[in-house]
Amino acid sequence: MSWAVNISPHVLMLRPSAIITNSELQDFIQIIGLSVGVSLAATTLAAAISLPIGTALAIYPFCGRRLIIVLINAFFGLPPVVVGLILYLALSRSGPLGALALLFTPTAMIIAQTTLAIPIITALVHRTSERAWARYGDELITDGATRLQAVPQILMIVRADLVTALLAGFGRTISEVGAVILVGGNIRSLTRTMTTTIALQTSQGDLSLALALGAVLVGISVSISATVFALAGRARSAGSDEV
Amino acid sequence: MMKIRYVVAFLAAMIVTGRCLAAEESIVLASTTSVEASGLLADILPQFTAKTGIRVNVVAQGTGKALDTARRGDADVLLVHDPEAEDQFMSEGHGSTRRQIAWNDFIIVGPTTDPARVHGSSDSVAALKSIASTQALFVSRGDKSGTNTAELRLWKIAGQTPDQLSNQKWYRDVGGGMGQALNAASAMDAYTLSDRGTWLNFNNKGSLVIAVEGDPRLINRYDVIELNGQKHASAKFNAAKLFADWLVSSEGQKAIGAYQVSGQTLFNPSANSPK
Repeated sequence: MSWAVNISPHVLMLRPSAIITNSELQDFIQIIGLSVGVSLAATTLAAAISLPIGTALAIYPFCGRRLIIVLINAFFGLPPVVVGLILYLALSRSGPLGALALLFTPTAMIIAQTTLAIPIITALVHRTSERAWARYGDELITDGATRLQAVPQILMIVRADLVTALLAGFGRTISEVGAVILVGGNIRSLTRTMTTTIALQTSQGDLSLALALGAVLVGISVSISATVFALAGRARSAGSDEV
Repeated sequence: MMKIRYVVAFLAAMIVTGRCLAAEESIVLASTTSVEASGLLADILPQFTAKTGIRVNVVAQGTGKALDTARRGDADVLLVHDPEAEDQFMSEGHGSTRRQIAWNDFIIVGPTTDPARVHGSSDSVAALKSIASTQALFVSRGDKSGTNTAELRLWKIAGQTPDQLSNQKWYRDVGGGMGQALNAASAMDAYTLSDRGTWLNFNNKGSLVIAVEGDPRLINRYDVIELNGQKHASAKFNAAKLFADWLVSSEGQKAIGAYQVSGQTLFNPSANSPK
């Protein structure tokens, strides 16, 4: 993997006293894999929930809708450590979901991150769907579509904006440390992610290694969003060719 | 509808994966930041896993939090270092057996400028008194960890209660792990109490050096505690017992004693010494 070759000289440069060993490199790859895997799973799950809900909130008028929208926007700023704490207590053996034995597993981290990503994705999807509904809603209804049928159609119309919404959700999940360290426990080669590793390295005074890992984290975030935008751009131009 | 079915299948798959990961021969060891940050566990656990096939998942917390984790039933075995909190834990009936596995010692570290003039002393209480009277900066863990309670015990002997300390400007309660406290002490040229293991393995010492060591009151003992099956039915006793037995066995004791950082032994095996 090219990043490994790219990053190891930096680690060596920042940490002249140490040499990065093979097992350290393996740990490193595993940590990155887990971070990306958990965040992707959480973003996918959150998207499956948020896309239909966000659009439905724009299409279906019902009593209390404004309140829900205000709440969802407020949960943008949901402190991860609070989500982590609530889930910790819920998933604990002595908590209501204790029988599932999920505390200190990657699944617990996915649940926590999904919870954090849902408000962000839902709010962004709602905002863009609202605009699309205002513009095309009457047309769709006149064409004989029910509101339920209009949901996927509105999602198709706003699909370019969905990319931004999903990336915002992914960005929230991969950069977060407060929730995953509580429900994951930062267990080596099981629940240790990039952010919890950075926290651990910092606590051991390995500031340069922590910084190098931070650079990798930023690099991964940037390359993922660049890739997604490139793919979305290609899909969009391919789509317009068909039209 | 298809979409929902996929989501349900995905969720189910995740829960199964999570359970499998948890159900694979593995135990959760709730331990202290000092044991993890010193690098001891990363060194000896692979030896245990190689021998028994049991994976040990370490959740490193302060001793107070580790005991709470076990109280809630979220750990299978404990490795901690706070005799009084452990007594309490045992008397509540959460633990079945408690055995000492190793000891090392606490040290007081401080800036080379030594504003409290305590360098080279082996009297920890006199040193704390001098830190208080000169109002030299002192960093406290403040996290109910074993090191934190040891520090507060020493302060009490030195005539300062936690309430009095919290009103002092020079007493900085950082509410964090050992490494965090050392980072803070290093950044503000303050004194702090550290376990020797974390100190030796710590890479951001700045101008900090060992100021006080060798006081018998600075002894730091580590115990392994197995849980009581009557209270914690979900804990994995057999695997936990294998692990605890291994730690006190001659093989485990040898592994603990063999762990060194820059030529220094960090933990003295003591399973066979009197309590």
